[in-house]
Amino acid sequence: MVVQALKDQGVEVVFGYPGGAVLPIYDEIFQQNDIRHVLVRHEQGAVHAAEGYARSTGKPGVVLVTSGPGATNAVTGLTDALLDSIPLVVLSGQVPTFLIGNDAFQEADTVGITRPCTKHNWLAKDPGALSTIIHEAFHVATSGRPGPVLVDIPKDVQFASGTYTPPSKVKVSHYQPPVKGDMEAITELVEAIEKAKRPVFYTGGGVINSGPGASQLLRELVDATGFPITSTLMGLGAYPASGDGWLGMLGMHGLYEANMAMHDCDLMINIGARFDDRITGLVSAFSPHSKKAHIDIDPSSINKVIRVDIPIVGDVGHVLEDILKVWKARGRKTDKAGLQSWWAKIEDWKKIDCLKFKQEGKIIKPQYALQRLEELTKGMDRYITTEVGQHQMWAAQYLGFEDPNRWMTSGGLGTMGYGLPASVGVQMAHPDALVVNVAGEASWLMNMQEMGTAVQFRLPVKQFILNNERLGMVRQWQELLHGERYSHSWSEALPDFVKLAEAFGAKGIKVDDAADLDDAIAEMLAYDGPVIMDVLVEKHENCFPMIPSGEPHNKMLLGEASTKDAIGSAGAALV
Amino acid sequence: MSALKIKKGSNKHSAYNLRPDFSDVTERHTIAVLVDNEPGVLARVIGLFAGRGYNIESLTVAEVDHSGRMSRITIVTTGTPQVIEQIKAQLGRIVPVHEVHDLTVEGASVERELALFKVAGTGDKRVEALRLADIFRANVVDSTLESFVFEMTGTPEKIDAFAELMRPLGLVDVARTGVAALSRGT
Ligand SMILES: Cc1ncc(C[n+]2csc(CCOP(=O)(O)OP(=O)(O)O)c2C)c(N)n1
Ligand SMILES: [Mg+2]
Repeated sequence: MVVQALKDQGVEVVFGYPGGAVLPIYDEIFQQNDIRHVLVRHEQGAVHAAEGYARSTGKPGVVLVTSGPGATNAVTGLTDALLDSIPLVVLSGQVPTFLIGNDAFQEADTVGITRPCTKHNWLAKDPGALSTIIHEAFHVATSGRPGPVLVDIPKDVQFASGTYTPPSKVKVSHYQPPVKGDMEAITELVEAIEKAKRPVFYTGGGVINSGPGASQLLRELVDATGFPITSTLMGLGAYPASGDGWLGMLGMHGLYEANMAMHDCDLMINIGARFDDRITGLVSAFSPHSKKAHIDIDPSSINKVIRVDIPIVGDVGHVLEDILKVWKARGRKTDKAGLQSWWAKIEDWKKIDCLKFKQEGKIIKPQYALQRLEELTKGMDRYITTEVGQHQMWAAQYLGFEDPNRWMTSGGLGTMGYGLPASVGVQMAHPDALVVNVAGEASWLMNMQEMGTAVQFRLPVKQFILNNERLGMVRQWQELLHGERYSHSWSEALPDFVKLAEAFGAKGIKVDDAADLDDAIAEMLAYDGPVIMDVLVEKHENCFPMIPSGEPHNKMLLGEASTKDAIGSAGAALV
Repeated sequence: MSALKIKKGSNKHSAYNLRPDFSDVTERHTIAVLVDNEPGVLARVIGLFAGRGYNIESLTVAEVDHSGRMSRITIVTTGTPQVIEQIKAQLGRIVPVHEVHDLTVEGASVERELALFKVAGTGDKRVEALRLADIFRANVVDSTLESFVFEMTGTPEKIDAFAELMRPLGLVDVARTGVAALSRGT
């Protein structure tokens, strides 16, 4: 019955790990060929793989785990998906109903434990309601602001024979978040667009979640208005990096021009982003002179952190369509003269060239490694996942994304260990594409067991490890904020990654000389199978620009020179 | 050297305590939430308040529509206007929640609470307790030679006032139901 429900929901792949409390479902899986099951090596890996699958396809990711430890191992992944609004349906086994509450073997209060880290969850005690609940679970995961849901299924319910209800027979759920924005507010925004002298689009993961159509409409609106656009970490690719309006990513490690535009603008149009603290910096000094519009499908995102002038609750795609319609009908007006001098100012900021770095000699700068990766893979059918740390920020800065759904990273939770399993999930969905996990050595070790999954399922994922033998991001904060006291932020006793690759049955490549980098990347790309590439990089490189926590956007640190002068000495980092 | 000149041990510069400085006038609101009467729904509501650090002054819940399996949760909470807005938006996000009404702003409403008071004493104090109970229209629902249990329905303020009066007269125990509230008119 469970497998039938999944089939009827169009599920093609399930990421899972068996155990006593899900054996009846595994038995069903065994007896069919429509749904493919990917056996991971740890349940956290299953959830991240499903996230990668979901993010790169726009379809919900499906996970199957056993009771007790199976379910608790899934908790980090669920929390990750909740914070990044990734649609997932997790099915967990539970001890039989008559044993619930008895501290039975492998019993955990899964519904209780996962209540705060799912969008919704169910304990399916009634076999007659099981199929309805599963269909409702897919509906909830994918409608409104997407998110992870969990259905806990006791073993006796799995064995019981109830009547199956197909999706078409399920009664319409009361959960129907509105998708159309308020026309009055939309018109108000269009008026603001017509008058703005220093506008900026600030877009986020909501555009990606709204689907490829939303990205298309965004491109049309940005290009037709000629407004500059920046995006959060989660929104990269919605607008192409090669587009005329593109300023690059904003936020704590965002580009100078993007953050300055946010600070100085007179109209900020937030589309599907949530004023996260990594974006706003010091809230009281956040973009002090702008009128702010906020388009979000989740009403609780509006006025949560930043008070906005034009709130629009609705699905990004629908709202963008209406904005374009109204704006065109009113004669496609913008303040051309104002925009021209605004762009002149932006061009001045761009001249700072905030991402510049010097690659000298043999030691590979991490930025250089990414620049070369970009150069040698640009134009390929490419998907990028990342772990969490400096390498993640450098990847966001130095790689260009031309399309949505090509960039999978743990933004809200910042989960080390996300990237490798996510790359597995992405490659399952796109078997012929190039899937690269840009990793830090420390993060990568957190879920390295999933290399086994990659090898077993012949998934040619490329693990591009920027190995600084440091918990680089932690080390950077310790250098800047804790008096260079490097408490436990180095990676000692690291494995030999080449031998490790070989032990897994994958290919290992090691490179420590900048002169050999291109050849090593070419070798990685040419190999038809999973690769671990150990790129030994400069150990003490810091990730800039950086807005120190608690500072406004215009107090950005640009590089080593500016940090030496300290923030206090007036204007050290500023024009 | 600390490049940012941040004092050792200071947590002021952590990004995690960046909160907006919105108006800090605290308001008291009564919020009615209509939910599916399903297992765990109360835990979801309470978990939301606990997890996000909102106050609960009082909370009542009971099924109000048996055939439709709907319950009504009435929450009295306090917070700044932004927090109250957030509370309502966050409640609205919970999947089994059908409706959220802020009775404090949606026109006039009536609020009632039921309370039981056990008052022990003899002589003058006992007589005085009985006299005040009469004034407050509290009923005697149990009596021994040394004690009474009074039952009273009223606004939370009236119940507070009665409890204050009973304290010097031998108040032993109070049980309150929390607020039930409805909007006035149709
Ligand atoms: C599960 C988890 N634990 C701890 C952290 C805190 N943390 C953030 S970045 C980081 C260091 C990551 O090191 P590495 O993966 O080598 O990346 P690098 O910064 O060196 O590029 C740590 C420990 C985290 N984000 N996630
Ligand atoms: Mg590292």
